[in-house]
Amino acid sequence: MRADPNETGLLEGLARNDRPTIEKIYSGNFGMIQSLIINNNGSADDARDIFQEAMIVLYEKSRSEDFELYCQVKTYLYSVCRRLWLKRLSQTHRFVPEINGLAELVPVEEEIEANEQRNQEFALMESALSRLGEPCKSLLEAYYLEKKNMSEIASGFGYTNPDNAKNQKYKCLVRLRKLFFTEYKNNNGDG
Amino acid sequence: MDNLQLLDAVERYLNNEMPEAERIGFEQLRKSNPEVDQMVVEHSAFLNQLNNYGENREFRAVLNEVHHDLNSRGLIKEVPPKALLAQLWKKHKRVMAVAASIAGITTMLIAGFAAYYSRRASNAELEQLSKKFENTERKVNALRAQVESDKAVVDKAPSNTPIKSGGTGFLIDESGYLATNAHVVEGSSVVVLENYKGLEFRARIVHLNAENDIAILKIEDADYHTRSPLPYAIKMTGAELGEQLFTLGYPREEIVYNEGYMSAKTGFNGDTLTCQIGVPANPGNSGGPVFNRNGEVIAIINTRQTQAEGVVFAINAKNIINSIQAISADSSNANIVKLPFSSSLKGVDRVQQIRKIQDCVFMVKSY
Repeated sequence: MRADPNETGLLEGLARNDRPTIEKIYSGNFGMIQSLIINNNGSADDARDIFQEAMIVLYEKSRSEDFELYCQVKTYLYSVCRRLWLKRLSQTHRFVPEINGLAELVPVEEEIEANEQRNQEFALMESALSRLGEPCKSLLEAYYLEKKNMSEIASGFGYTNPDNAKNQKYKCLVRLRKLFFTEYKNNNGDG
Repeated sequence: MDNLQLLDAVERYLNNEMPEAERIGFEQLRKSNPEVDQMVVEHSAFLNQLNNYGENREFRAVLNEVHHDLNSRGLIKEVPPKALLAQLWKKHKRVMAVAASIAGITTMLIAGFAAYYSRRASNAELEQLSKKFENTERKVNALRAQVESDKAVVDKAPSNTPIKSGGTGFLIDESGYLATNAHVVEGSSVVVLENYKGLEFRARIVHLNAENDIAILKIEDADYHTRSPLPYAIKMTGAELGEQLFTLGYPREEIVYNEGYMSAKTGFNGDTLTCQIGVPANPGNSGGPVFNRNGEVIAIINTRQTQAEGVVFAINAKNIINSIQAISADSSNANIVKLPFSSSLKGVDRVQQIRKIQDCVFMVKSY
């Protein structure tokens, strides 16, 4: 069963980071997930966390090259949330109930693991950035994340010319790479 | 600086910002120098990672914004925080149940202890009251002694000897024979009878049957004069279940009337010598007569069950006959005791009955 054109449109919008599409998916599914979490020992905050994580899984999936969704978005999100919540419950050693709900579930184990892996790497990046200190952190974020050009950055950060800013950016980038790869190796060595 | 230039070159190469000539040169350098090649691959992955990180962060921020936005527009409804209590309850139901049980048990224990100690307190109060009662009793006794000495009545009790036990006895022959319980007079050296007016008479134990718990006493006192025939009869056939009964006895220094009914034809553990009656009885009632409605003696009170409330046992009156026969056999003069077989109390109202009977019921004091 292939997803219907409506759903495909939703996913394409999601991959484009289209705000109305995100809102549509969000408002169409959050209530269901919230009742799932709350009926199974969770709070509204838990529901928000879990649902947003599932949205990210869906987002990453929609952006991947070999992207194909063989079920409805609703079913997919429900499956991911259910799995994530069970995991969370067992991690916090809370009572793990037999979660009953919609019968239809799809296998999502791989995506969830990939998501966890990604999140770990993002956490490494985040910690490397935060250890970089200012102004390097803001400089790199402005260039690589916010995609500002060098002349904007130069004026924003008070550099005399874009070349100075560029030089400074590379110095920062070298440090960031060093921090990131050191942590990456440490982490993988430990693990 | 070399490193920075290389990094710049790699970035420009990855971003396709190199002029054509430089790009070809760089690709050649990449092929010839594996270090540069690795640098390109590595940096490409790193930039990708950095980019993904940025996009992920961005998306999370968008999600939060969307959540907030939708929530404020009412398109999604967050379960309000008032559910917190319910959630707490849900989460900690079992713990709370255990806690509640413990609290409950503790409360019960405390209540129990409180009740226990307060009851003990009231017991102590009762004890004090009974002490007072004893004091007043002594005063009454003293008063009576005075009155009696005024009347010039001699105290028959041996001086400075404590009463060993007390009970009740009743006349079975107008010449001065009484029946009472064997346990009332057993082992006593002197038996003194006292009537409801407070007059005392010395008596002798004529016969004692510990098995039946019946003793026959004989008044041997100059102050006693053979009286008119007894108003009541001794009934040998017992009573029917539910028959109205009444008793007279001396559980205190005063003659006490009580009434009740026939409860069972056998006594403790099915003893056929005795019967069970539903009449309140207290220490001192022992040996007292049990009358039926017609004023016939059907039994003699002897025990009550300590574990049960209001269970009193009485010896069937026909057992008296056995004792009388034994006396007749012992002594040379046969039939010295003539049991009364007719009652003059039939159909007489209870107050009249008692007025006639009380003359014949004595307090038995064993010294």
